[in-house]
Amino acid sequence: MRQITGEQLDDIALGAAVLGTGGGGDPYIGKLMAKQAIERNGPVSLVDPSELEDDALVIPSAMMGAPTVMLEKMPRGTEIVRAFEAIQAYLGKRATATMSIEAGGLNSTTPFVVAAELGIPLVDADGMGRAFPEIQMVTPTLAGIAATPMAIADEKGNSAILNTIDNRWTETFARTVTIDMGCSAMIALFAMSGKQVKQATVHGTITKIELIGRTIREAQGKNDPIEAVRAATGGFVVWRGKVSDIERRTETGFARGEAQIAGLGEHEGQTLRISFQNEFLIARTEDETLVSTPDLITILDAETGEPITTESLRYGFRVAVLAMPCDPRWRTPEGLKLVGPGYFGYGGDFVPVEQRFGSGAPAHVLDGPGENA
Amino acid sequence: MTLRIGIDVGGTNTDAVLMDGLSVVEKIKTPTTADVMSGITTALRHVLDTSGTPTGAVAAVMIGTTHFTNAVVERRRLEPTAAVRLGLPATAALPPMVDWPKDLAATLGRHTYLCHGGHEFDGRTISPFDADEVKRVARDIADKGITAVAVSSVFSPVNREMEEEAAALLVQEIPGCLVTRSSDIGRIGLLERENATILNASLRALAADTVAAFRRAIAELGITAPLYLTQNDGTLMSAEFAELYPVLTFASGPTNSMRGAAFLSGLKDAMVVDVGGTTSDVGALTHGFPREASVAVDIGGVRTNFRMPDVYSFGLGGGSLVATEPLRIGPRSVGFRITEQALVFGGDTLTTTDVAVAAGVADIGDSSRVSHLDRALVDAAMARIQEMSETAVDRMKTSAGPVPVIVVGGGSILIAKPIAGASEMVKPNHFEAANAVGAAIAQISGEVDRVYSLANTSRDAAVDDAKGEAASKAVEAGADPASVEIVDVEDVPLAYLPGNATRIRVKAVGDLSLSR
Repeated sequence: MRQITGEQLDDIALGAAVLGTGGGGDPYIGKLMAKQAIERNGPVSLVDPSELEDDALVIPSAMMGAPTVMLEKMPRGTEIVRAFEAIQAYLGKRATATMSIEAGGLNSTTPFVVAAELGIPLVDADGMGRAFPEIQMVTPTLAGIAATPMAIADEKGNSAILNTIDNRWTETFARTVTIDMGCSAMIALFAMSGKQVKQATVHGTITKIELIGRTIREAQGKNDPIEAVRAATGGFVVWRGKVSDIERRTETGFARGEAQIAGLGEHEGQTLRISFQNEFLIARTEDETLVSTPDLITILDAETGEPITTESLRYGFRVAVLAMPCDPRWRTPEGLKLVGPGYFGYGGDFVPVEQRFGSGAPAHVLDGPGENA
Repeated sequence: MTLRIGIDVGGTNTDAVLMDGLSVVEKIKTPTTADVMSGITTALRHVLDTSGTPTGAVAAVMIGTTHFTNAVVERRRLEPTAAVRLGLPATAALPPMVDWPKDLAATLGRHTYLCHGGHEFDGRTISPFDADEVKRVARDIADKGITAVAVSSVFSPVNREMEEEAAALLVQEIPGCLVTRSSDIGRIGLLERENATILNASLRALAADTVAAFRRAIAELGITAPLYLTQNDGTLMSAEFAELYPVLTFASGPTNSMRGAAFLSGLKDAMVVDVGGTTSDVGALTHGFPREASVAVDIGGVRTNFRMPDVYSFGLGGGSLVATEPLRIGPRSVGFRITEQALVFGGDTLTTTDVAVAAGVADIGDSSRVSHLDRALVDAAMARIQEMSETAVDRMKTSAGPVPVIVVGGGSILIAKPIAGASEMVKPNHFEAANAVGAAIAQISGEVDRVYSLANTSRDAAVDDAKGEAASKAVEAGADPASVEIVDVEDVPLAYLPGNATRIRVKAVGDLSLSR
């Protein structure tokens, strides 16, 4: 267990945006809220999953909706705690700790608000090891853990409890409620035992993103921040170039589109196309697929090494494309069915990034729970 | 009737140019004076007298100034300011000025108020507007003796009605109140827009004084032509508008010199290096306009979401100190005291200008005063200056291939050799007055940034709507309708939203209509 203070949140938010793979929202609002909560209540205890009792109750908390809306309609501040307390009341039990459900700009920092306000620890883990657009896309789903009972709360004082037959239905209902709530809502879901957290989540996420964020900060002004970030993430720099076109469209309620990155240096004369649905999902050249979901694709500013979200990506940016291996559970047949290229409507088989770019040895972004997962 | 005067009022120098159509007729550089006005009068008188231009022939005067940026950065002459936000029960987690530097927040006084109101992304209200609540706030502000007020409301770029209602009440209840509304200032992004609104409110009194001084300066010479100020995107606003929105002048300095460089060189796509007395700015021109920064821009430590040129500044200027053993150039500079302190002017401080004179690339002051300098030192210093410039240009380049580089500014005598990676290096005529030229050729713009729900309308129709509104905003602001063109269209679908809500940003730009 260690203490997280407001100062560390800058690194955590920055690093989270790297694993956020272009989605997950701008970390600024979440970071400010977490800082305020820590200023009022003191530091947050970060506990490793191994420190949890098997019968502990862990309830992850998150923001759901459009990050762009949250930039304008910021939270009241109490809704995330109310969602959390609604689940506790429903279960008739107090939670031991809270947790992030995804590693992304916004949702890596929002659970700090709950932890600080309620004086409970935050588990050093998350449910994806990256960001994905939908509720059911978490490793607990693969382990058969239900998203519901789920609580959703808005700033006006409304809240709802959902019970659904599976996690896809949770996504469907919660999306509808979120829209009625003004496209930004706070949620608590995937209540788990300590034992389930140990088995079914991605461990060490907060520590990992803090390290990545610190690496980027310390690399400013140095020779090659990209290489520093690559080393910190255990990933591969698969492209360097300049954004030569960006096309966006709205389909089925998502920000979809494609960025073209004209190669520089060793890729001069070639163009990489990266398609996104909130997150960057597949990177292809004329001839081949370089990286695809569920492996992570992040676009970094070539100068600063800072991650660039899909929304802020603009023509002319000089960038490096970083690919990182995903949690191994996403590469199982069940994992690929949930978040593989096929689910998002991209053809082709998934090829692990280290097979294409590395020596072949799997280099995990994050340590999983081991072989008995 | 195409004569116009461009003036750049910097912290050190006031530059002026008289332009006839597309050519520079006369130019001058004079020290900026404490009262601002007399420096401008001197410059104006010089360009008019030297060219024999009757004052009645001047069609327009354009002023670019860093005055308001400097006031924020130096925390001086800012009014105590109240910030009123409509949005409760939302937004309470992060009250106005939440992330401001403590000293600046203290200067303005942290008089922040949260009230009910605001809108959802789709136009529904978050909670009803409460006139009694706003009146209570107004009385509290009046009791404190504060007259500078900023009003913001959630999603006011989508629906500004509540901000307008609140502003009307505040003006009614607070004697002498000057209200700035956030929907007049900026884009989606409540905190950033509100921050800019608060800064603007705190600058209104200074703006009134400064613009009055500008007016007096031109009136003193009998000039009756309209007065304009330049904005951060290289376009003009009327003096009346600038009095209301001084915050829109932020970063107009680098923008003017880059636009001036584009004009003087005839190049539309190039890198620009503007070497001043203390620092140099490097930026990229695309289609004749500076490339904008992608990230939120801090002004004096406050996060804003203005359109700002993406400029890299580094510590090299004509007054930069040169230290030996080990060789070091800048970032300290003698600044405007160069004419007393540099060796070539009889001083005892070794500056970059002295090195350039010793190297034989510049002819300024008394070259005999630097003839004793060690040749190896001079060569090493010149090489370092070259290297600093080349590194900065390379850093800002957006393509690997060679691009043209335009060098402007009074300190550009330092750059003697072609920049590595440049396809050509251009030091245009009148390079030292590029910023004043940029002010003289500034255009008029109109911008729309709004979330459209595409449930009942097509995307094309929404974009057309935004284009039409941006164009009419430009014409309203004084652009020649025939010259107005749409220079930027960007739409960002809002993630997860139904009904295809899309944020559309459009910018229209046109030449200033000089016939009216």
